[in-house]
Amino acid sequence: MPPVAPRSGDAIFANVERVNAELFTLTYGAIVRQLLTDLEEVEEVNKQLDQMGYNIGVRLIDEFLAKSHVSRCVDFKETAEVIAKVGFKMFLGITATVTNWDAEGTSCSLVLEDNPLVDFVELPDTCQGLYYCNILSGVIRGALEMVSMKTEVTWVRDMLRGDDAYELQVKLLKQVPEEYPYKDDE
Amino acid sequence: MGREVAESCIDSLLTEMVSSYCNHFYANKPELAARRIEAIGYQVGHQLSERYTMERPRFSDHLEAIKFICKDFWSELFKKQIDNLKTNHRGTFVLQDNRFRWLSRMSPEPSLENVDSQDPSENKAAQATSMHLYFPCGIIRGALSNLGIPCAVSADISNLPACEYI
Repeated sequence: MPPVAPRSGDAIFANVERVNAELFTLTYGAIVRQLLTDLEEVEEVNKQLDQMGYNIGVRLIDEFLAKSHVSRCVDFKETAEVIAKVGFKMFLGITATVTNWDAEGTSCSLVLEDNPLVDFVELPDTCQGLYYCNILSGVIRGALEMVSMKTEVTWVRDMLRGDDAYELQVKLLKQVPEEYPYKDDE
Repeated sequence: MGREVAESCIDSLLTEMVSSYCNHFYANKPELAARRIEAIGYQVGHQLSERYTMERPRFSDHLEAIKFICKDFWSELFKKQIDNLKTNHRGTFVLQDNRFRWLSRMSPEPSLENVDSQDPSENKAAQATSMHLYFPCGIIRGALSNLGIPCAVSADISNLPACEYI
């Protein structure tokens, strides 16, 4: 059977079940608000959002691979492009651009002009230091770890903090060859 | 229709939220976890009903408000209306959704052959599902309270994937 050609982000997005983005935006906002009330420390909330994102990313990658039919990426550059053009598109309906490659090709930036998570959101002064969209960094980190790439994902620019766009830096730390995913009990 | 995102985004987010609150923050304190989840739903319901009723005049009575929830509000959220509305005309309404989207992928409690493992696994499956339901209950309560109707909302899932809100 011939391999199925990878589908474009737009095509997949058009074919998945979609919901009202407002529900998503408001739900995320309510979760962040509740976390701030329960955890109180902004750093704790950042960590928790990242962890939640990681847990989601670890599962989301399966859906991504199943629906997009992308074959194994040749290198990290291709991986980044696929995340930006297909990944963001098929889930959030937006595209990101990949920029700022370093000399070794192990670190780049994903830039989002548009972000459904933050529609109508304003951060009050009491939330200095909050990375509102931190769940996204966790999702990318979790998803990539499932395809054997250990990465570090950090925010470089954040519109809620006054910057002009959202920029995530994705750094490839280690490409781990396929191995049994479960560590022995220590 | 406005902007859209993939349904799996909201599914993943909700699953993760319930899981975090139940297993991480308030492990072994399901009551507290439930209240938090319901509070998140309340917030969402309140804001959503605010947005969806901005241009409308106030509802003349409780029944009109409930009908709004069943038709317009539910459609915005789940792309379908409530299938069945019953009332005892004394302040209790039952909203029935025969194919509640968020539960459509949860299986009904499996019949258990092994008597030993019956209690814990049955409780776990039921508990996980009921935890998820605190969120839509909160949404309904939030929406109605924004329309001036204080209420309590509970859910009944004796016939998955149908779901009744009381």
